[in-house]
Amino acid sequence: MADAAPPSKSRDLDKLLLRPGNLVGPTFDPGVQLRDDLQEYARVLVVGAGGLGCELLKDLALSGFKNLEVIDMDRIEVTNLNRQFLFRLEDVGKPKAEVAAKRVMERISGVNIVPHFCRIEDKDIRFYNDFNIIALGLDSIEARSYINAVACSFLEYDSDDNPQEETMKPMVDGGTEGFKGHARVIVPGVTPCFECTIWLFPPQVKFPLCTLAETPRNAAHCIEYAHLIKWDEVHSGKAFDPDNPDHMKWVYDEAVKRAELFGIPGVTYSLTQGVVKNIIPAIASTNAIISAACTLETLKIASGCSKTLSNYLTYNGVEGLHTKVTEFVKDENCLVCGPGVLIELDTTVTLEKFIDLLGEHPKLLMTKASITYRGKNLYMQAPPVLEEMTRSNLEVPLYDLMDKIPKDVLHATGTIDKDGKRSSGLRKLRVVFKGIDGVTDMDMAGGA
Amino acid sequence: MIRLFKVKETQKELAGNSDGGTPTKKQSAGELRLHKDIAELNLPDCCTISFPNGKDDLMEFEVTISPEDGFYVGGAFKFSFQVSPVYPHDAPKVKCIPKVYHPNIDYEGNVCLNILREDWKPVLNINTIIYGLYHLFTEPNYEDPLNHEAAEVLKNDPKAFKNNVKMAMSGNYVKGLGYTKFY
Repeated sequence: MADAAPPSKSRDLDKLLLRPGNLVGPTFDPGVQLRDDLQEYARVLVVGAGGLGCELLKDLALSGFKNLEVIDMDRIEVTNLNRQFLFRLEDVGKPKAEVAAKRVMERISGVNIVPHFCRIEDKDIRFYNDFNIIALGLDSIEARSYINAVACSFLEYDSDDNPQEETMKPMVDGGTEGFKGHARVIVPGVTPCFECTIWLFPPQVKFPLCTLAETPRNAAHCIEYAHLIKWDEVHSGKAFDPDNPDHMKWVYDEAVKRAELFGIPGVTYSLTQGVVKNIIPAIASTNAIISAACTLETLKIASGCSKTLSNYLTYNGVEGLHTKVTEFVKDENCLVCGPGVLIELDTTVTLEKFIDLLGEHPKLLMTKASITYRGKNLYMQAPPVLEEMTRSNLEVPLYDLMDKIPKDVLHATGTIDKDGKRSSGLRKLRVVFKGIDGVTDMDMAGGA
Repeated sequence: MIRLFKVKETQKELAGNSDGGTPTKKQSAGELRLHKDIAELNLPDCCTISFPNGKDDLMEFEVTISPEDGFYVGGAFKFSFQVSPVYPHDAPKVKCIPKVYHPNIDYEGNVCLNILREDWKPVLNINTIIYGLYHLFTEPNYEDPLNHEAAEVLKNDPKAFKNNVKMAMSGNYVKGLGYTKFY
């Protein structure tokens, strides 16, 4: 075989993209065109350039994606270097996103990676709409919840409550904690979004304050005492900053004193960091495995070369190896990704009339509704102080209160009558005003 | 499965047409859930709530409890609430603002209430927390002390405890510490 042509750089990818198959997605159209288009047009955003983010960037770049961007607000620390393999000792202190982008571009020719050294909240929402797929390598519920809300906010439903495909912004979410990890595919409107299944996350372990103050029994109690109680006693008003080494050292020293007082062993500096910042030691191989799964799903979504996993893969390498895919279901009433209830209104309808209408609407039957719109509380039934402040809105047309936007989402809380049972509920409402130029056009474009 | 390239074309068309349809970020799920909690508040007369940042920012608010019986009659105890964007996954952060002589509240305003920490569940709400706080004033308990000294006095000599509370609430020093004056 010595005279055979050198193997193509995309040899393995070609096996997936150039040949038809039995397990392919419904729109799969194999061929060179697909492979080349994928490289030219597919734009993927990687959120996070830490343990998972480094792996994701490398894997995506090696899988033929050429237009990548990465966003991360952190700078490189010495303790990252054991697993965040794109970083070197001399990089310590530099922005993760910038170094990661540079290193991958140096090693893999033809790939272009744009780094963004900032918080995810700093970017305009339009920034996120520019990508076909968003891959998440994050370590917090807050950040996932934020990106999920952004991605789901692009989703639109037609008048029959069917999600419109061209407005879906798929996400692939990876997460690791020690030897455990997960990879999931979120296609807003099709699979459960992050908020539909937020209950999957176990609550953080929190010790009772009085145990910390009175009866500490282990090293973590001593550390939390120093962190939550002693810090405030000594530094009145000054906030504790977990990223400030002096603050961390102070908490560690106090925790040691506390532990000595109660004869408790085991307080170390790294345990202090772990307890205060809620860190579980990261394992490089877990990141690699989860990232590989996420990258494959990204490739599947982009190319259609296979059906995606449905929809949540868990991996456990603590003892031997266990892996399983669970198909979670959507929360039909999800406030973030659900369709909500479509309501058509005349522009003259006042807020008061609108609230009355909610009581008659067959899909809602909501009475005593409080209404909130884009962070503005239009009307609050309680408490009295807010009711008084919002009462004057009742006689104003809803159209005016919604800044004359012809079509938008608002939320209502109230008492819902369902099958004769009354319970309190929070609902998403898609309000469309009749007879406004532009709205009808948009609807027709969507339905066509 | 996503029809990537069809999507691409549609996006280009939309971008060319106008900016009007660009969605802006919606409220976080935490804010919405909090909106529900607040709209459904059903407080006893002795509790009032205020929103220092106005009617559109519910994530920070203050609750004042004026106990109608027990050791603390005559006081008005203001608590600050800070709610996280991932509420109700995380409990609100609650602090007592005035300095109060109380077995379950320390001098920095930390409160030992189980549902604020180890027993918090997303099915609980702001109303439950306020009732929990109210309960601390009608039934201070020496079994979960944050102010060790006050707990000991309450346990061993309720009369002396009552007296100490009165001293503290009239602005006097108790065991070398000054407290907020209410009468």
